[in-house]
Amino acid sequence: MRLVLERRAETPLALRIGSPLLAVALTLLSAIVIFAALGHDPWRALHIYFVMPLSDSWGLQEVAVKATPLVLIAVGLALCYRSNNWNIGAEGQFLVGALAGSWLALATHGAPDGPWLLPAMLACGALGGALFALIPALLKTRFGANEILTSLMLVYVAELLMDWLVRGPWRDPHGFNMPQTVIFEPEATIPLLMEGGRLNIGTPLMLLVVALMAVLAARTLKGFEIRLVGEAPRAARFAGFSETRLTWTVFALSGALAGLAGILEAAGTVRQLQPAISPGYGFTAIIVAFLGRLNPVGCLVAGVFLAITFIGGENAQILLRLPLDVTRVFQGLLLFYVLACDTLLLYRVRLVRGAAA
Amino acid sequence: MTPPLVEAQRIVKRFGALLANDHVDLLVRVGEVHALLGENGAGKSTLVKMLYGLLQPNEGRILWQGRPVTLPSPKAARALGIGMVFQHFSLFENLTVAENVALALDAAAPLPEVAARVAELSAAYGLPLSPGREVWRLSVGERQRVEIIRCLMQDPKLLILDEPTSVLTPQECEGLFATIARLRAEGRAVLYISHKLEEVRRICETATILRQGRVVAATDPRAETAASLARMMVGGDVAALRHEAAAESDAPVRLSVRGLSLPAEDPHGTALRDVSFDLRRGEILGVAGVAGNGQEELFAALSGERLAPRAGQILLDGAPVGREDINARRRRGAAFVPEERLGHAAAPRLPLSENALLSGHAANGFVRGGLLDRGRMLGWVDAVTRAFDVRKGPRDPEARALSGGNLQKFVVGRELLRRPGLLVVAQPTWGVDAGAARLIRQALVDLAREGAAVLVISQDLDELLEIADRLAVIFHGRLSPARPVAGLTREEIGLLMGGAGFAMAAEAG
Repeated sequence: MRLVLERRAETPLALRIGSPLLAVALTLLSAIVIFAALGHDPWRALHIYFVMPLSDSWGLQEVAVKATPLVLIAVGLALCYRSNNWNIGAEGQFLVGALAGSWLALATHGAPDGPWLLPAMLACGALGGALFALIPALLKTRFGANEILTSLMLVYVAELLMDWLVRGPWRDPHGFNMPQTVIFEPEATIPLLMEGGRLNIGTPLMLLVVALMAVLAARTLKGFEIRLVGEAPRAARFAGFSETRLTWTVFALSGALAGLAGILEAAGTVRQLQPAISPGYGFTAIIVAFLGRLNPVGCLVAGVFLAITFIGGENAQILLRLPLDVTRVFQGLLLFYVLACDTLLLYRVRLVRGAAA
Repeated sequence: MTPPLVEAQRIVKRFGALLANDHVDLLVRVGEVHALLGENGAGKSTLVKMLYGLLQPNEGRILWQGRPVTLPSPKAARALGIGMVFQHFSLFENLTVAENVALALDAAAPLPEVAARVAELSAAYGLPLSPGREVWRLSVGERQRVEIIRCLMQDPKLLILDEPTSVLTPQECEGLFATIARLRAEGRAVLYISHKLEEVRRICETATILRQGRVVAATDPRAETAASLARMMVGGDVAALRHEAAAESDAPVRLSVRGLSLPAEDPHGTALRDVSFDLRRGEILGVAGVAGNGQEELFAALSGERLAPRAGQILLDGAPVGREDINARRRRGAAFVPEERLGHAAAPRLPLSENALLSGHAANGFVRGGLLDRGRMLGWVDAVTRAFDVRKGPRDPEARALSGGNLQKFVVGRELLRRPGLLVVAQPTWGVDAGAARLIRQALVDLAREGAAVLVISQDLDELLEIADRLAVIFHGRLSPARPVAGLTREEIGLLMGGAGFAMAAEAG
């Protein structure tokens, strides 16, 4: 008796939705094993991880605050991945976006001038992220360099650039030598949605972007072009679409969204620049994109789920003294299971009896 | 009485819901040339893949010289004495003939020994080949000889040939038939897969005919007519085409190509050299030639997938379009059908409506106010389905869910529905069943009668002789002058396809 994989002619809709849910279930199962192995009561740990973040207003707001950058980045990455462009460097684009927008905040510091400042900062952030993302696009289309490697390595460039700026030229002179900039002026800070929380207008902005991207992906010719180039490059050429131009477009778009997430984080949640501005949003967003089936609305759901693991991880750190690395392990396992479960979409597993072989 | 060489009994093979072989019986005797006839999708390839150990039957058994055997792998089949030459070759382009043969041997042997044996076999079986040549330098016919010799190295008792003549010139076919006669004389059996009836009647003494996975007849093809064989294959009469070749016309020229040269895109591709022709309204021009002689490049240049060096090298209704992309040419009323259905003409995993959008987004009004008009796209699919009898389950299935013939009807119909002024089509009926092929050819003829200019690039000479008004041959990237089909013989065309008559032009160029 043995298992064989048979290619499916069509993928049922139930499986498309079921496969990521199965991946989540397997991750939770693994989590139980890991908690038990670490000597904790698995049920209490799961409660702390996945239920506590949703049990009060503060927790819910925090989830939204964390989900905002994750989803913003992930919807851009989803477009990239759909078209077979493997942008792994969103973390770097996020940081460069934060740097570019913050530059404007710092340049006008002490003399902020008018309501144009905040929109201009957001535009600068998006532009910075987009330009930084165009480097791997240029290297890919002009020299045939693998974009996975170049985009990933550029993350280190961005991190070191950030390090240098906040320790050097941009350091707050009255900051006791801490590696951070001054706190931005109120005019250069993203307005809060309500008093007594951290939720700012970044979250509704993110929801707007998700809606726009959903329309772009499903209802416009550009969305079709993205899918077609990813599915069948030769057919895309027959349709008259240029793969090179599309590579530039999706890198610029995903870079812009990552950069926008970066400046929203810097000017909204943190309100200054510091090296630890991102707990790895750009990398976690890759998991969000795949868990969300490379679909903008799916990314929204997946982003909220991953945000919960971030908050839950912080809770667990405090209440169980679990290292934050456990969160990373969960996120990694989740991506692993998502990709593994995707096999079920393309293949049917059958049990073959007897000596047919 | 000696038992038959190989016998398949009540073989059943399922692929998911599809029943590819439905209790199939096949019996091949020693020293017999046995035809396996059937349309595409009838289950011929599935059956022989089981005989060669590539697939396992779900039910039924295979007997070899009277004893039941299981064939878990091609290696096991080769050990019994079964060899197979596939339709699509598996040769390493950058290696020599002898190296390719040596790599395929089940027991390793020193290269000089292999080379000597290749030379010996090629002389003995009338398969001229030089063992030291790299494969990329070889014509398709020569590559097929490499594959045959590779099988003969194993001294097979049964040789399976899958559609061997589909890539050969008429002269090369004669050579292959002589080789087959030689194999038979030595007492080897040949299982000959084909859908070319005249060929089968000439060289085979037995034929098993498959239709929709079932054996419909086992007969002596020499006692049948081509028409009766076709009826068994298709399960009904195939109507003749309504077409009479148009006389020399002085209708306005729609497409004019002037001195078009285009370098090859990849190292093993073919460069176009100084291609010139005129195509008039109401006319079908056929481009014949053995695969790999520049057909793909010609299609890419005419469609605009690759741009010509100068705008004036391609004129569409007098306008220089050589530097315009494919969509600009579509907006001028041109339409294109490439050779590969899946992956080129259509995206396998996208629904038909989006495959209609694929070639229609520039000229069919599928995009309104920046948004896709899904209703209009679906309407287009429905219209193609009606006009071209596309058989499918759901209203808008993924392209890969359609059979080859139905998808071909869709990709041709998708373009014809636009009433194009110019249609460039490559291999319009390649791997398509007889019914669909007839429908497509009739549609091309009708389109030309309505005043469109049609260029058909095909390796199927019968098809071109049936529908084309004039015929040109492409060889090593050069195009011969087009001549009226009426005055042409198959021999003349065959010689051109083999390169005779191009020699002087090549030296001059």
